[in-house]
Amino acid sequence: MIRVVLPAHLKNLARVGSEVRLEVTEPVTQRRVLDALEARYPMLRGTMRDRTTGHRRAFIRFYACEEDLSNESPDAPLPDPVLAGAEPFLVVGAMAGG
Amino acid sequence: MGTRKGAFILTADGKRQDWQVSQPHFGGWEIYHLNGSPAHPDRLYASQSSGWFGQVIQRSDDGGRSWEPVGNDFAYAGPVGDHLWYDGTPRPWEFKRIWHLEPARDDPDTVYAGAEDAALFRSTDGGHHWEELSGLRTHPSAPRWQPGAGGMCLHTIILDPANSERIFVAISAAGAFRSDDGGTTWLPINRGLRSEQIPDQDAEVGHCVHRIAMHPSRPEVLFMQKHWDVMRSDDAGASWREVSGNLPTDFGFPIAVHAHEPETVYVVPIKSDSEHYVADGKLRVYRSRTGGDDWEPLTTGLPQADCYVNVLRDAMAVDTLDPGGIYFGTSGGQVYGSADGGDTWATLVRDLPPVLSVEVQVLP
Repeated sequence: MIRVVLPAHLKNLARVGSEVRLEVTEPVTQRRVLDALEARYPMLRGTMRDRTTGHRRAFIRFYACEEDLSNESPDAPLPDPVLAGAEPFLVVGAMAGG
Repeated sequence: MGTRKGAFILTADGKRQDWQVSQPHFGGWEIYHLNGSPAHPDRLYASQSSGWFGQVIQRSDDGGRSWEPVGNDFAYAGPVGDHLWYDGTPRPWEFKRIWHLEPARDDPDTVYAGAEDAALFRSTDGGHHWEELSGLRTHPSAPRWQPGAGGMCLHTIILDPANSERIFVAISAAGAFRSDDGGTTWLPINRGLRSEQIPDQDAEVGHCVHRIAMHPSRPEVLFMQKHWDVMRSDDAGASWREVSGNLPTDFGFPIAVHAHEPETVYVVPIKSDSEHYVADGKLRVYRSRTGGDDWEPLTTGLPQADCYVNVLRDAMAVDTLDPGGIYFGTSGGQVYGSADGGDTWATLVRDLPPVLSVEVQVLP
């Protein structure tokens, strides 16, 4: 069970609470977590990754275990505590004014 | 109404005196445009966007009380190609947001969307899926289109009420275009426009069109607010002539036609293209009752001192009641309305976020 925490605007958009729990088959990677998230909540498609390129949107960051994983390969395995459900995968709106 | 930080819905009875303002919808998001379906008065579409989270299209089937996100997959069709960037170099088309939504007159599931970077999309399933009408973006002139200061946006979509195959669009800093075959092929319609900013005054593209308006009973007649100049066409855009007449300044963004008087036109002159606020601290709507050239300032009920707001291109609309009503929102978050064709104005709401768009529906 993978735990995902979304920024407030995306929680509102997807109408979810503080945390989303997802079943993700191994290997658990950033791409697979986001694929699973978008499959369950189609309204989130395009909000975290560009619909055409699949690249992370400029002001979105991915954190876990006090690490910034934003620029890691989307196919790199996520840290073990995320796989074990001990730590959440955090989708964060970057500090960028506005 | 769309604002920089959410959407608001104002409602009143037919007297249009007492207005109720909703709580913000989609608070914190830029709402470039909301528009209702003429074929289904309770169906609204909204373009919701954010620099963080991109584009979302929302739909309401109960007059804006509740909303559901629909489709947001705006993929350019075929090879993407290039247009000119500000520095004159080619740059691939890149989807940023939807500026304008135009529901079809006779089908609530069909809606057109104008995009930045400029392209026209259409959905025929209520907004779930979007298909580009790529004949516009693949017009031979398109590689020469260059963005204006606000981006290369397709901001105006007019569906001809008398001819279902005819569509007009306008693109900032590219110009106006017309299709006579339902959006398959497109013709630039910029003859007669004059722009000091471009070297070739007869260029078929490159004119900065801010807004086009049409009266439904006379679809051959178009009015245009250009970067500078207010223009009129009597031949569906084939040629244009200037009708700025006695306006104090012919720079501005919105232009609207009275719902029952096809020769009555409204603009909001702005001091200049570098000072995007009204002149002399006075908010004045100008009305022509002769289809242009002769303009009168409308000031009763509008602030006439210390006012330095702008009215954006999509932020003025008319209702279909009698006498006709007209409404606009400002960059200062005020919304003004007139229930007598502009003779007198009232502040409907103030202190909202900057207003991006205003649309009006008269409900049965």
